[in-house]
Order: sequence, then structure tokens, then C-alpha cells
Amino acid sequence: MTKQTALYDWHLAQGARMVDFAGWQMPLQYASQLAEHKAVRESAGFFDVSHMRPLDIAGKDARSLLRHALANDVAKLDAHPGKALYSTMLQTDGGIIDDLIVYYRGGDSYRIVLNAAGAEADTAHLQKLSDQHAWQVTLTKRPDLGILAVQGPEARARVADLLQMPALESLKTFTALEQDGFFIGRTGYTGEDGVEIIAANTLLPELAQRLLTAGIAPAGLAARDSLRLEAGLDLYGQDMDTSVSPYASNLGWTVDLRDSDRDFMGRAGLEAELARGDGPRLVGIALSAGIPRHGYVLEDAAGAPCGVVTSGIFSPSLQCGIGLARVTAPVVAGSILQTAIRGVRKPALVVKPPFWRQGAATFSFTEES
Amino acid sequence: MSNIPQSLRYSDTHEWAEDLGNGRYRVGITDHAQALLGDLVYAEAPEVGKDLQAGTVCGVLESVKAAADLYAPITGKVLERNEALNDSPQLLNEDPYGKGWIMVVAAEPSAHAELMDATAYAKIAEA
Repeated sequence: MTKQTALYDWHLAQGARMVDFAGWQMPLQYASQLAEHKAVRESAGFFDVSHMRPLDIAGKDARSLLRHALANDVAKLDAHPGKALYSTMLQTDGGIIDDLIVYYRGGDSYRIVLNAAGAEADTAHLQKLSDQHAWQVTLTKRPDLGILAVQGPEARARVADLLQMPALESLKTFTALEQDGFFIGRTGYTGEDGVEIIAANTLLPELAQRLLTAGIAPAGLAARDSLRLEAGLDLYGQDMDTSVSPYASNLGWTVDLRDSDRDFMGRAGLEAELARGDGPRLVGIALSAGIPRHGYVLEDAAGAPCGVVTSGIFSPSLQCGIGLARVTAPVVAGSILQTAIRGVRKPALVVKPPFWRQGAATFSFTEES
Repeated sequence: MSNIPQSLRYSDTHEWAEDLGNGRYRVGITDHAQALLGDLVYAEAPEVGKDLQAGTVCGVLESVKAAADLYAPITGKVLERNEALNDSPQLLNEDPYGKGWIMVVAAEPSAHAELMDATAYAKIAEA
């Protein structure tokens, strides 16, 4: 039985093609993925991301639970109500259970937003950790809430205008404000500026209609995927899962080892991995000819297999094939690997993600690539 | 509801074939197929002169997210390719029965007659 967001009927009325995504009926695209992608890069577009699940975490020991469960350190949020942090949640061996954003709401109150597929298991995992330590924490699922992501260079100003919230104009990145029943964070998954609006399901159809009327078109999961990949952002379940660590997923920057007294889940596994030295890495690849696809094997200059493509698309902004690939050992940006596409070997330029930033490519092809 | 012209014949792999006379057939993908594939960004049709076997892979169609095989709807030989698709693969989406044609094939009229008519294909496309 697949679940529907509060906007299910609205999507159908807009002519969306719906797909099952992690147990939810979600819009894949409306008229054109390419047009939706372009709108987000050039002006603004909005996504129903209500399949992602808010979980409220409160109580005397909420901070202790999050400092234990997350690889990034929520102590960074102390004294900064409204501030948000991106983190992974790890197994003891360092394998990634899920990735999430945690918002600090002041006092002993936090909100995290979980991926659709893992939300139930993640919640159970957090409850178990809390019980093991006899922590005083209340976890509250929020099936009453949904999320709209409005993304693009014009997104924040347009939403500020539409909702009469001038404070949005000065909202700092990775910070949220709460007003009039809206919880609005300056976060996203497209590489553009924008906001993610968490609100009661009952408010969402009207909000979607107002955005549309204001000239901001809806965009589906297909455009969301091409936008996030151009921005070099991992997708859980595709570029990372429980078999790989943050270091193997281009997410080393989200691991905070500084407080040596902080005993977080996965710490021992990560420290052992660091002590061993080189391990697998997630890198970007760009092809001047051909489109890399999930599962394609990469070869080094000598023709030996050295990695596998985890995500691959034709980049609408760059007009070439790009992908993320897990290589068995570190390779430097600018190196040239090879991948066979329908039996023909094509050069794959190694790029440090993102591929696209602030309206321009972050790399260029050379003669060999 | 996808567009399925009465005048064409169809394969179960979602290609159409139009009778141009003199044993020549123009081939493309259906409106239903282009909608399923999404925005197409790359098309590779077989070389002119290549022998095709109905139901086998003869090229590739790539969207942003996925690569899909192009099947030959009819046994025959490639006479002509739509070179406009090299620069404008979006024609496959915008006009699948017109400017988005893929190739012209020389084939036996009996092979064309074996393909489905629009009514039969509609049952597959809407299943």
C-alpha cells in the first residue's frame, strides 16, 4: 500500500506522472524534466518532498542522544536556536544508516528530517539508543506535517514576498525560522539557494497553488535527481548505504572527531578506517562523450578495474555526462579514467564535486578527456 | 492518454512503422514510449546499410536518467537515418510520429502486415 502526500490530488491535477518512490506516490515529472531543471537553475521551482519525514526530539537528554547517534556534533548548534546541521547516522562499523538534517529549536528541542525509506527504522534505532542509556527523550513522529522545497536563485525572495515574511531575506544558510505555522529552513538539495518549508498537511495544497499562481512551477523527482547530482550531492541508497563510511562517500567533512570524549555510534569504526589509511573514495566523473550509468565499471590508465559508477546522468546544465563513482583508492581530480559504454571505451575526467556551482561549471575538459 | 495514429502499424516494443510505398517503411517510437522515457538527450540509430532483425536491439535512446534499447520493429535494411536527431534528440519527445522519426527501412510488405494495428497496440500501451 503506497502512501500519498497531501498534494497527491494536486499533482494529478497538474498532469504529473507519478511513481512509487520508497513507498510513496511521488511526481516524477510534470511536462518536462529538462524545463523543470532549467527553471530551478535560472529562477525558481518547487518540489513536494513530503515523503521525507520530520521527527521531533525533545527532553532533557535530547542533546546527549543526538551527540551519540550522529557523526556530526550537535554541540555546534548550542546557543544558536534555528541553526541546522547536516549529518550521517552510522552503524558501529562506520557504515551509513542514513543522512539527515537536524535543526535546533532552542531549549532541549530538536527536529530532524529523515529520508523516506529509512524513517521508520531510524526512529526505532534512536528510540533503542535512548532506552539503552535510560535517557529522558521524547521522539514524536509528525505525520501531520509535509514539506515543500522552493529552490532557485529567486526562490527565497519570492517566498518572502508571497508569505509576507521579510525575515526570509536575511535568513542565513542552514538556518530556520518559525512563523505563522511555517517552519522554513534555508536548506535544499539542488545546489541553488532556496528554502524548505515544513507545514501542516492541511496548509500545503493552498501553498502549492499560491506558488504556482506566483509563477513558480512544480518540479518532480527526475529534476531533483539531475539537480542534486550536478551539485555533487549523494543520494542515500544509491551513492551510500550501510556498506560504506562517510570517508568513502565524500562526506568526511560531516564527521566531527574533535571532542575526543564524544562516544558516537561508528566512531571506533571510523578511527580504525583512518588508521588503515587509504580506502575507497567517492569521486565525480565527467565525460565529454557518452553518459555514465549506475553500475558502469571504471578502469585506470593500465586498463585495470578501479571503481564503479554509483549515479550517472546527462547533465542538463553542462550538456555532458556526469556521475559519482566509488573508486577503490583515492585518485586526484584531473586524472583520466576510462569506462566502457556499449563496448566502446570513453575517457572519464575525475572531478571534485560539485560539477556546477553558482551558474557555472567547476571544471573543463582537456584534450585527452 | 497517448496518441496512436490509425494509419501506422506497431510493435510490442513500442515502435511504429509507416508504409511509404515501394517496400520502404519509416520507423520511430510511439508517443507512449517517449512519455515513458522522459526527455531524451541522445539517440543512436543503426548505420545506413545495416541489416535489422525484428525484435532485436539496433540502437539506443538515452534520457537524463536512463539508457533504453531501441528495437527494430521490422526485419529489413536501413536506408536512411534521421540525422536531425543528433543535434535535436528532443524531436523524439516533441513530434514522435513526425520530425522525430528515426530511420527508413527496406522491408517485405508481409513483415509490415504482421505488425499490430492501432487498436491492438492501444491495448498494450494502456495496459
